[in-house]
Amino acid sequence: MKALVGLLCGMVFGVGLAMSGMTDTAKVLGFLDVTGQWIPDLAFVMGGAVLVTLIAFRFVPKMKRPAFNPRFYLPATTIIDGRLLGGAAIFGIGWGVYGYCPGPAISALTYLDDKTAMFVVAMLVGMALANKVSPG
Amino acid sequence: MFAYTTPLIGGLLIGAASVALMFLLGRIAGIAGIVWGAISAQPDNLWRWLFIVGLVVGPVLYHLLAGVPNPPPSPLPWWQAVAGGLLVGFGVRMGSGCTSGHGVCGIGRLSPRSLAATCTFMATGIAAVYVIRHLLPGVLV
Repeated sequence: MKALVGLLCGMVFGVGLAMSGMTDTAKVLGFLDVTGQWIPDLAFVMGGAVLVTLIAFRFVPKMKRPAFNPRFYLPATTIIDGRLLGGAAIFGIGWGVYGYCPGPAISALTYLDDKTAMFVVAMLVGMALANKVSPG
Repeated sequence: MFAYTTPLIGGLLIGAASVALMFLLGRIAGIAGIVWGAISAQPDNLWRWLFIVGLVVGPVLYHLLAGVPNPPPSPLPWWQAVAGGLLVGFGVRMGSGCTSGHGVCGIGRLSPRSLAATCTFMATGIAAVYVIRHLLPGVLV
């Protein structure tokens, strides 16, 4: 059952990414290019997604337990430190360099462009490197 | 149809999938975390791999069934893909999340950490595009 949930949630998430335009690097870079030919459309992606989670997460994590697991798996740490902000800063630069964040990069593998595959392999290498430098 | 319709519906679907994953498995739909969990062989991992399969299959079905053409391939050079991928992977692992984990789920949970991270990567993403397109035109694409 957990496997089926994973597959279906991933599929809906992937449809959302493709439909929204997040898998189109030209749109993403246009969205980040606020001083140039700004393409504001993608603000509605984050807006729509956060609208749903903001409402539902008032209730869902307060249930006794999720449907198919014994407990909720939520991050325990609440500290805003250099590691968090430094990592986020580096991630944002990479996002602006090519136009993919992790989800859309994986979904865009569908389009069979070899540069997307290179991006994803490099992303996995980057994750492993970060884990080596500062595991956790 | 407004240009905002499909981004908005797509966003609502992303939110719905994130809520479903929380409701059913108690997990945060953070792609960086799910991918890292999958490749670092965490226990109870099958759902992660199938979520990733779904991320790839979903767009295939969407483009096929909705009759929407695939987006055009990026005109940027391959080394920019590699550089971007390295930075994204390093950054999301160091910063414990990406656009989905911090941006969609974390802000939905009203996590100050995620709000701080999201503001940071939005700012540096905008800054990177500004530098590349407007300060160094021709140096990078």
